[in-house]
Amino acid sequence: MIGDASPGVVELAGAGRGEFTVAEKISHGHKLAVRDIAANEAVIKFGVRIGHATQAIPRGGWVHLHNLASDLDERSGTLDLHSGAPTDTVYE
Amino acid sequence: MNKPLPTWSGYLRADGRKGIRNIVLVIYTVECAQFVAHAIAQGENDVHVIGFPGCYDNQYAVRLMLALARHPNVGAVLSVGLGCEYTQPGKIADVVRKSGRPAESFFIQDAGGTSKSIARGKEIVAQLRKEISKMKRVPMSLADLTVGCECGGSDGTSGLAGNPVVGAFFDRLVDAGGRAVFEETVEMIGLRNILEMRAANEMARKELTAAYDKAESYCKAVRQFSASPGNFAGGLTTIEEKSMGAFAKSGTRPIQGVIKVAEAPRGPGLWIMDSVPDAHFMQFGYTNPNDSEGIMDLISSGAQIVLFVTGRGSVIGSPIAPLIKITGNTQTYQRMIEDMDFNAGGVLTGEQTLAEAGDELLNLVTRIASGEAAKPELLGHREYFVMYKHQDTPSLSAGCRA
Repeated sequence: MIGDASPGVVELAGAGRGEFTVAEKISHGHKLAVRDIAANEAVIKFGVRIGHATQAIPRGGWVHLHNLASDLDERSGTLDLHSGAPTDTVYE
Repeated sequence: MNKPLPTWSGYLRADGRKGIRNIVLVIYTVECAQFVAHAIAQGENDVHVIGFPGCYDNQYAVRLMLALARHPNVGAVLSVGLGCEYTQPGKIADVVRKSGRPAESFFIQDAGGTSKSIARGKEIVAQLRKEISKMKRVPMSLADLTVGCECGGSDGTSGLAGNPVVGAFFDRLVDAGGRAVFEETVEMIGLRNILEMRAANEMARKELTAAYDKAESYCKAVRQFSASPGNFAGGLTTIEEKSMGAFAKSGTRPIQGVIKVAEAPRGPGLWIMDSVPDAHFMQFGYTNPNDSEGIMDLISSGAQIVLFVTGRGSVIGSPIAPLIKITGNTQTYQRMIEDMDFNAGGVLTGEQTLAEAGDELLNLVTRIASGEAAKPELLGHREYFVMYKHQDTPSLSAGCRA
């Protein structure tokens, strides 16, 4: 997404063009599902598999750390959903 | 392109390479000499500093510093040590003199402490600068240029605009007979087949496969993939996704092969640099400690200019070779306009085609090569990072120094 989307109906241009009902805010640079994705199904961007869905993602849903995981990198799944900050390093 | 290719004047070095700057480089050989080295360069024009913090030496770091000391943009070198450390400033100066450049060295303990060393260093720098100021300028073109590209602080726009615009520029540079180098094989994770398809020949394919396999096994071994909190906040979710975006900087031309840190491309065209540590008994350090480390690696290939693509925004610069900062995120460009050289965001909104943006970036690179200062140069940013690392280790019996 090259702009912020607010909850409601959003129209997208580009390869996945169409109208989407968005349930939550999706920020600039983030991803939206252009179709329903089943749990464990491959998630495709740029025409390649970028990981797998860890739960079902509805069409128009925000695709990020809470529902998409790398096939290789285990640590990224522990990061904070919104800030990306690590949650597994002890500061005190 | 139908327009005539640009030319400008540069500095011809004895090895045939040409520089776009003519700096004096001060190199310190241990952290204990770092303050004095920076004080020598303070307030001097065109005097940059690099150094190695460790007291125990490391073959990789020595190779890297020698490559930087003989970089085409470097006219002369002063190497400063404390006096106790393993890395030898005198030997660095010897190698630099053999490359046809004036070079000097001294130990702070011999010079009599801080103030005397700073005064002596400033005297030497003034003399070196005088010697290299007489250098004749020669015509230079894109065919004489090596350009590196690194990305850092990537976001969802980096793979869609910032890196593809660099790719368009790299295609133009390669077509003009120049050399393009990119690295971060740890950000090609998941792209083994795509990499292999881009190989110029069978030899290159073998090198790419080996570099890819090493990067993936290294990331698994250290349990750290090359993605930072800011990448995730910016919308990237997996290393595979980030990799596709990062790889877009490669453009579309065949990849000629893999070079290691401190190695120059073996011919014109597009090259990948492998900066990942080789398997070693220490398994020491992360592959990619920060952006400045990767930028130093690219400069060690002889890159006279490095492009830095950052969606989230960054303020760093680099010594020796100017850093040109590019973003595909128009909000970042506007928020950090003091630091950003190029906005590729128009490609996303349809205001500009990729080809137009590639031409515009080529124009900017030519202006910087002709002597115009990039924004990090104007602000005085010269961050660097030289670390212990193990590449091309001869045998385990060489221990930690190899």
